[in-house]
Amino acid sequence: MTGPTRYPDEPVGGFPSPPRTVEDADGREIDLRAYDGSDDEREALRAMYEAFDPADRAQGIPPSRPGKLEEWLDRILTTECCNVFAWDGDDVVGHATLVPENGPESPYELAIFVVQSHQGAGIGTALMKSILGHGADEGISKVWLTVERWNRSAVGLYEKIGFETTDAESFELEMAIRLDAGQTESTG
Amino acid sequence: MKVLLGIGGSDDSIRALEAVVARAAAVGDDLTIAIVENPRSPRSREEIAERAREELEGAGIDAPIRQVEGNPGSELVDIAERGAFDEIALGGGQTSPMGKINVGSIAEFVLLNARTTVRLIR
Repeated sequence: MTGPTRYPDEPVGGFPSPPRTVEDADGREIDLRAYDGSDDEREALRAMYEAFDPADRAQGIPPSRPGKLEEWLDRILTTECCNVFAWDGDDVVGHATLVPENGPESPYELAIFVVQSHQGAGIGTALMKSILGHGADEGISKVWLTVERWNRSAVGLYEKIGFETTDAESFELEMAIRLDAGQTESTG
Repeated sequence: MKVLLGIGGSDDSIRALEAVVARAAAVGDDLTIAIVENPRSPRSREEIAERAREELEGAGIDAPIRQVEGNPGSELVDIAERGAFDEIALGGGQTSPMGKINVGSIAEFVLLNARTTVRLIR
């Protein structure tokens, strides 16, 4: 499937670029960094998903079978995708990804996951802003996602960030945002 | 078993066509294929019908192919009830670029409204 047939007219900007460090609601220092392409960081991400609670999977991802998980990581960790990891020390505790539909000029699909132990502490919001800042830096303007309708907390987060609902006809809500590529905060 | 297969032309509906025809050939299901409206379909109705004929021919079975106008979900539920079908079979959802499964509005309507068993094929 492909994404929305329309995007919001008004672009949203001002998202902070990674790397940055935030303190979460439980007082932990969380580092938000773009994936560096290394095998070590990939291993750390795989460890996060291997320990992931199956109840927090969404629409079949992350895949639970080890072979399928590797295939999925192969797909989303390519250089044409954007990935930001949330680190608590040496552990990846959250991950956001932007995957193009069809090459770098096409819209990007977004997904975000936070491990159970670190949910409800604001890490999802920080990750979301960082991946959109990173995406804007990379010149991405159209971003969309789908979310299960009953997942009110996720829908609320996406709305707060600036996503608008573009299709409410199915089980999953489809939401989209237009990024203002020139408007991110410069980190130097 | 009397099976009503609804296809709109999306990739998952074509996979459903292949699976349902193969099963019908193996176990002798009494199959009807309904081609329904799907504005997002990459294939025309005639292409879909041709694809269905090929699939039936390859499997060596015969089944009526109906072109169904109007709201796809409600038409499928209605045809299944009037025709005393045992089951409605549908594609089990499209996969997004990053691999998320998305179940469409036709499947949702049929699941919530059908009195028959509904099979989503993945």
